[in-house]
Amino acid sequence: MHTPSPERLRARHLGKSFPGVTALDDVAFTLRTGEIHALMGENGAGKSTLIKILTGVYRAEAGTIELEGRPFSPASPREAEAAGLSTVYQEVNLIPTLSIAENILLGRQPRRMGLVQWGAMRRQAARALERLGLELDVRRELRSISIALQQMVAIARALDVQARVLILDEPTSSLDEQECQALFTIMRRLRDQGLAMAFVTHFLDQVYDVSDRITVLRNGRLVGEFATDQLPRLELIGKMLGRDVSEFAPAPDAPPATGADAPPARIFLQARDLGRKGAVQSVDLSVRQGEVVGLAGLLGSGRTETARLLFGIDARDHGSLEVEGQPAAMRSPREAIRRGLAFCSEDRKTEGLAPNLSVRENLVLAMQAGRGALRRLPRAEQQQVADHYIQALHIKTPDAETPIRNLSGGNQQKVLLARWLAMQPRLIILDEPTRGIDVGAKAEIEKLVGSLRERGLSVLFISSELDEVLRVSQRVVVLRDRRKVGELEGELDEQRVLNLIARA
Amino acid sequence: MSGSTPNKTEPAARRDGGASVPAGRARDAAWRRVLWPLLSLGVLLLFNLFFAPGFFHLEIKDGHLYGTLVDILNQGSKTMLLAIGMTLVIASGGVDLSVGSIMAIAGAAAAILVTQAAWPFLLVVGVCLALCALIGAGNGALVALLGMQPIVATLILMVAGRGVAMLLTDGQIITFDRPAFVFLGNGHFLGVPFTATIVATVLALTTLLTRRTAVGLFLEATGDNETASRFCGVPTRAIKVLVYAFSGTCAGVAGLIAASNIKAADPSRVGEMMELDAIFAVVVGGTALTGGRFTLAGSVIGALLIQTLTTTMYNLGMPPAIAPVPKAVVVVLACLLQSDKLRSGLRIRRTRGGAA
Repeated sequence: MHTPSPERLRARHLGKSFPGVTALDDVAFTLRTGEIHALMGENGAGKSTLIKILTGVYRAEAGTIELEGRPFSPASPREAEAAGLSTVYQEVNLIPTLSIAENILLGRQPRRMGLVQWGAMRRQAARALERLGLELDVRRELRSISIALQQMVAIARALDVQARVLILDEPTSSLDEQECQALFTIMRRLRDQGLAMAFVTHFLDQVYDVSDRITVLRNGRLVGEFATDQLPRLELIGKMLGRDVSEFAPAPDAPPATGADAPPARIFLQARDLGRKGAVQSVDLSVRQGEVVGLAGLLGSGRTETARLLFGIDARDHGSLEVEGQPAAMRSPREAIRRGLAFCSEDRKTEGLAPNLSVRENLVLAMQAGRGALRRLPRAEQQQVADHYIQALHIKTPDAETPIRNLSGGNQQKVLLARWLAMQPRLIILDEPTRGIDVGAKAEIEKLVGSLRERGLSVLFISSELDEVLRVSQRVVVLRDRRKVGELEGELDEQRVLNLIARA
Repeated sequence: MSGSTPNKTEPAARRDGGASVPAGRARDAAWRRVLWPLLSLGVLLLFNLFFAPGFFHLEIKDGHLYGTLVDILNQGSKTMLLAIGMTLVIASGGVDLSVGSIMAIAGAAAAILVTQAAWPFLLVVGVCLALCALIGAGNGALVALLGMQPIVATLILMVAGRGVAMLLTDGQIITFDRPAFVFLGNGHFLGVPFTATIVATVLALTTLLTRRTAVGLFLEATGDNETASRFCGVPTRAIKVLVYAFSGTCAGVAGLIAASNIKAADPSRVGEMMELDAIFAVVVGGTALTGGRFTLAGSVIGALLIQTLTTTMYNLGMPPAIAPVPKAVVVVLACLLQSDKLRSGLRIRRTRGGAA
């Protein structure tokens, strides 16, 4: 081993607590010059809190931070950025209605006598994008480009200030494989230039692909710091979960939907030639009772758009839809819910949570909506339902009255799942249910899907992680370019799916 | 609730999977929200105790209670009623600028029906309130069905409504002397002004209607995240139409009281700028303009605060023209007092978590 490069950021004995929760307890974190350092941990491990302290969103209650040997305790993200620490957040944090150039340079626009120099600004923005190997018309509105590109713009923005430290908080969660590789190329180049990078992700492959060292947190405490090439994958998972690796049970095997002897179950939902201009061209889909059907495809292949048509969020232009043999117009989510459907959206923040309402209120919302405004669910019953699911799904929360925004991402997701399970639906559509949550919670959710199926519930499972789709599904419908290109049953393996996607 | 162990003390630490049930924590939170407006009102009353002799003097004449405090209750009734309706609109994430104009329409319609048509008074009240509900529902339809910005949608009626009221009265001030109508805004009931009884009744009914049904939950969810609520099957559009209709109805009641106060319908003046007072009252009372959580009691206290301030300034002999200045100061102070950020910054209280 070569001698370690000098420390650029050094945090010691950090502590922070929230009402009822100790988020960080005596945590140390060191970033060296020219390294990519993965920060790993389960939900509630303290990753987000640590990052928010480093970026000046929160103040640490204990401990010290040094940036290049000088004390560093930013009071705001702006201050942190001025000191040379930039951040790219998990959820794109830009202004959708401004141009790409404005987003990259917002607050630092080149000016002469107080007036913005638009030409210089556009050139500077284009240069910033070039470093990422991107060519975009920087005059376009940010919202007119894909989420993946918006993420790249956010990275360009973070790099454009003279950053000494770059924090990447789950930058890859909405990028496809190719875009990830493009990002990693950039990250490696920046590393060689001496930038110190902290990288938070839930994709293990990416950690081993790109990182030099790994810091593992668990329940707000430091587990340890490791060189990536000396920490086998299984051991890393063990350290994150804090249990013996062998306990980490794989998801239940998904046997083929129909045994040779059993007659096929009845079809619950049948869609034919479903489509909507600009969203989905043509999708045929059927889900049987007690069957898990996976919806696979690359980013932008129309998975979410299909789910929205099925759940009545968007109206279809053509095609037919039947639920239990009955034609269904599906004009609204209300109708879909009445017909026994449930939909767990991929976008927790804008389509799932009522952030200021309590865990209990979020949990009973759909149930109450089903009963109507006048038949209020008695308070005691609400409490029972909430307590039941908090226990059944191991939701970590001080109590049911805590505002849901105080929970970690994985626990928020569990509350949203509970919201729908409490409805006792016949078919639940899970759109990226494991996005942005850690390995342990992922395994829990996969396990849950298996147990739902055993209880006769149908599941439509959407995920961009192919291995996950293959693990939980009995049948996989493959989409490409907004239309169905094939369907696999029986022996599911990645190669067959990839072949379908790649086939010209 | 089951036989687990609720209600011990504050849950000291997170316990995985376990969930204790501190009953009444939601109620505590509700109390915390009205605490600060209540405190502001207290400070203002305290000021009057020292600087306005006779402010707290009460006397009973002919079995009726008289005094400055009673006047505040009486004169503040219109703002309180508007604020109750406005609270629900603001909770839904909107705002209703048209309440002043709806007051004018209600007053004008009632005066005409009472004088020219000579209808029975209760029928007049019923018809006028139904009309106001309908007008409000029209606001709601613009917002919920056409997707118009609430401020624009209600601005239309704010400007046009007064014209409609003028049209009804032919530009005249219509006076009336129907005893029942005059009683509405000037009479006493159980020793206190009848208007106070009306406010208490409307407040109680609204609280029951929102908290004993699921309307309150739907409303807070809609204001907090409309998309998520719609995806849950919450009838967000119906809720929005409902709150604007309700706000219109409250404005109708306030309009009838305003007409009764002066025994005349004066469509050009009645309810002028009162929509702003109502919005002040709601915000000072602790309901955020961004929607979501709301407190009806807070808004009523906010309205009382504003009326107390107005009365205080009259007592001090301040010219009405400059009265808005101290009013603005108090509103800003009351809002600052509620700001968790400021309070924790001043270390008045220990911070209790991230963005609480």
